[in-house]
Amino acid sequence: MRHKVAGWKLGRNTAHRRSLLRNLVTSLIVEERIETTIPKAKAMRPHVEKMITLGKRGDLAARRLAASYLMTDESVVKLFDTIAPRFGDRNGGYLRIVRTAWQKGDGAEKAFVELLGSEKVLDEKREKRAEARAKRVAEAKKAMEEAEAQAQTQAAPEAAEKQEEEK
Amino acid sequence: MPNPKRRHSQKRTSTRRAHDALSKHSLSECPNCHEKKMPHRACAKCGYYKGREVVEVEEAS
Ligand SMILES: [Zn+2]
Repeated sequence: MRHKVAGWKLGRNTAHRRSLLRNLVTSLIVEERIETTIPKAKAMRPHVEKMITLGKRGDLAARRLAASYLMTDESVVKLFDTIAPRFGDRNGGYLRIVRTAWQKGDGAEKAFVELLGSEKVLDEKREKRAEARAKRVAEAKKAMEEAEAQAQTQAAPEAAEKQEEEK
Repeated sequence: MPNPKRRHSQKRTSTRRAHDALSKHSLSECPNCHEKKMPHRACAKCGYYKGREVVEVEEAS
């Protein structure tokens, strides 16, 4: 009996589901980490692993198969050149799914999916984001100070007039 | 259509619901910040899971 092993339908018809999974797999390969819901994370896992297996084969036929599934050429290049060589000594289990929190609105449980061994890349990305954020904050602060200074210079003559009137 | 024949007493209702109580989650302690956290999940307070900061958590300001 193969009851209850059909996999995930994700409430979509076949074409919609296939598009969703292809998009998820492509995004994961390009970004190394994505945030999604638990059922989607579990549904995409076998597809990602099949892509990495193709990447490890590395021949032209494998490359064409991967290109027919992944959405962008860039992701195919990345899969074959940087991701597949990372998993040379590992047979499957290339993903890490960590549950994080619950989605506001429908309460779905969310998790992030990341490729093993992408910690360094992800840390670099996070540092870049933090730098950009610090820069934005500094710029906003500067703009606010300038606006304040301008307001003071505009307010000063008016205040002087008022004082004269009072006299 | 079938209909209830007799009024349900409050006792009957509350007796039926005696076993409906929800149980508390069993929480574990975060090894990084020592807050209570849900098991098998990243810590909601500090974003750590298995000794690594896995999600950025915005500090309340
Ligand atoms: Zn913690």
